[in-house]
Amino acid sequence: MQIIENDEQYDVVIVGSGAGGGMATKILADNGLKVAVVEAGPFFDPANPKQQTQLKWPYESPRRGAGTIRAFGEFDMALGGWNIDGEPYNQIGDSKFDWFRSRMLGGRTNHWGRISLRFGPRDFKGKDRDGLGENWPIGYKEIKPYYDKVDKLIGVFGSKENLYNEPDGYFLPAPKPRLHELYYKKGAEKSGVKVIPSRLSILTKRINNERGICFYCNQCSRSCSVYGDFSAGSCLIFPAQKSGGQVDLYVNSMVREVEVNEEGKATGVLYINKKDRKEYRVTGKVVVLAASACSTARILLNSKSAYHPNGLGNSSNLVGKYLHDSTGSDRMAFLPELMNRKRYNEDGVGGMHLYSPWWLDNKKLDFPRGYHIEVWGGLGMPSYGTGFNPNDLNKYLGLNVGGYGNQLREDVKKFYGSVMGMSGRGESIARKDNYCEIDPTMVDEYGIPVLRFNYSWSNHERKQARHMHNTFEEIIENMGGIVLGDKPGADKDYGLLNPGRIIHEVGTTRMGSDPKKSVVNEFEQLHDANNVFIVDAGPFVSQADKNPTWTIMALSWRTSEFIIQELKKQNI
Amino acid sequence: MNRRDSIRSLFLGSIAGGLALESCVTEPNTEIEKKIWKYQYGRTPKEQAHDENLLGQQFFEKSEIIKIKRLANLILPPNENGNIEEAKVPEFIEFMAKDFPSIQTKMRGGLMWLDTHTNKKFGKDFISCSEDQQHQVLDKIAYPNPNSNEQNQEVQFFSLTRNLVMTGYFTSEAGIKELGYMGNQPNVWDGVPEDVLKDHGMSYDKSWMPKFVNQSKRNDLAKWDEEGNLIS
Repeated sequence: MQIIENDEQYDVVIVGSGAGGGMATKILADNGLKVAVVEAGPFFDPANPKQQTQLKWPYESPRRGAGTIRAFGEFDMALGGWNIDGEPYNQIGDSKFDWFRSRMLGGRTNHWGRISLRFGPRDFKGKDRDGLGENWPIGYKEIKPYYDKVDKLIGVFGSKENLYNEPDGYFLPAPKPRLHELYYKKGAEKSGVKVIPSRLSILTKRINNERGICFYCNQCSRSCSVYGDFSAGSCLIFPAQKSGGQVDLYVNSMVREVEVNEEGKATGVLYINKKDRKEYRVTGKVVVLAASACSTARILLNSKSAYHPNGLGNSSNLVGKYLHDSTGSDRMAFLPELMNRKRYNEDGVGGMHLYSPWWLDNKKLDFPRGYHIEVWGGLGMPSYGTGFNPNDLNKYLGLNVGGYGNQLREDVKKFYGSVMGMSGRGESIARKDNYCEIDPTMVDEYGIPVLRFNYSWSNHERKQARHMHNTFEEIIENMGGIVLGDKPGADKDYGLLNPGRIIHEVGTTRMGSDPKKSVVNEFEQLHDANNVFIVDAGPFVSQADKNPTWTIMALSWRTSEFIIQELKKQNI
Repeated sequence: MNRRDSIRSLFLGSIAGGLALESCVTEPNTEIEKKIWKYQYGRTPKEQAHDENLLGQQFFEKSEIIKIKRLANLILPPNENGNIEEAKVPEFIEFMAKDFPSIQTKMRGGLMWLDTHTNKKFGKDFISCSEDQQHQVLDKIAYPNPNSNEQNQEVQFFSLTRNLVMTGYFTSEAGIKELGYMGNQPNVWDGVPEDVLKDHGMSYDKSWMPKFVNQSKRNDLAKWDEEGNLIS
């Protein structure tokens, strides 16, 4: 079938509408450029009552919110998940990389935890400290002005703490901790674990007149209908359109490849419209890829041409390499002191009100990089699973487990809000032999070759996870709590979750100054084609123990300004 | 089985189950439509079609539904707070059997086991037994052996049913009210109530207080000085 042409000639074609693509859209359109945003999923606006799940009750769903359809429960606002019908991926050997994709305008920003941490000075230069991985070609100094701008544009609450590697920003005020969080603080501080207010991109105070203020429903994962949390659609793309920007949205459009001319420069992209399954071409002077680290690698590797026989930007053979996700391991605790709690509305914001940034010096430890601790618990909204094993905790009280009758009602009420948990999220070391590549044996339902993954953890990550569990157990004991479950041993990688599970996958198109050792330069520009840029987490050289979103956006802003300059100078 | 495999197998199962069940649709279309229109929240057209397909099928037979209702009432007898019919627990269990097809055989086999057991012991099926006899059956299967990782199938069946009944009830309007959950509504969080803090011997650190939201100024546009200090 013939490719359907589009008469529009854009300044910039952006692939993907999440954190990176949304930010590029905002900055480029605000500067008068004509932008096409090509998104693989449907249009989504959390303010649209027909798409809204915020403030719905579990009994409004026939499955009471169970995660049969959507991985994080059916009110969660990520359309997609670990597996998407018709869009498979494969593993090499016994790899178990779990790949989470969200197909919708705004991508994964609609459901994420809003944890908005800056990388610190040390995070850009890990190799200087321990000889592992690679340093970034830039440091905190270069990115700081953009973090500042992101803080002011989008809004993030937090507190000034003057911690060297946890730089302060322009914070909105933090919400007061919940009860279990106060218990955590007491227990953690007793062990010398630092505890500070969280840093989440949720508006605890008015930031402009277009967005509402948080009304404390705890449901940021459902994407906020008053735009009180950060999602790329509601906070970047819609504002870019409303301020008169020339932004054309192409939704349900699955990009297959970037097209290039005889000089190897990009001319635009080819995509498949999911509705009519026909191929379309959209052209532009610049192509910005923001499809997510692995999807962008896939597009590049599928963009083979006479000039780029190995895939676009892949003369180094490094596209897809150095894939790495945060480490993760979790533990739960039962706090007898929280049994039979007084009831009050403890929803708060959609995430924890305090957390522990990395507090130790790795030189004194047997693993090279740090982790932070997230805390959860409280008097949350019941959902599918509430009331399961209603009185299992009785075994810690010397009482009967099981049974039937109205005693069960009392058991459920007695234990409600008495269990809390901790999650360690740490930095892993980027390795060349952790990668994604094209699987020549399989295509998706749009005929596009799919990815396969090769990934293993090393002892650096395993030892870090072991340290997490030792810390969790110590804190739980300090809190007067009872540790639930056994400590995972070596046979279980000390409780390390599968790679991909923390959904912080980065590094597939890493940045550097040497084209033989990196895919993009410090402005996220392909070494091999100067009018192609990557503004998702692909260019990350290392991911720190910080959630990547704030850094994606700061870099995307910086790159967008560079694109504007280069277009003005007619360099691209 | 890891999560991905279990989801995959659930998914495969639901296709297989769906095909087998289509002939069991007994309800008139108007009834099915009524069920479908009860559920209004943001779903994709594909998700909605999937749910409508499940809602249009019937897995449990009438006699099984009667047994499920009886069991649910034994697990959570009605009281002044609510009852399992009001909480739509049987409808929920019917839906979950189609949503998680891997539980179908365990549920159906367990319901059959009840009759086999009472026929042998009391000479009549479970429903025809007196409440006291029904309690005798439950006493046998409602207490998993805490020292064993392997429970008999009838114990597993009862644990599964109990979980579904309990979660069905405590995610219903009456159950949520009984539990005392007070959120899911716009409000202004200003910390744990004073009396609760006191009960737990907790307080907010004085040195932390300036970090927290002053809720009377939440509507004032945020402004900072050059050092990043909030000044509004």
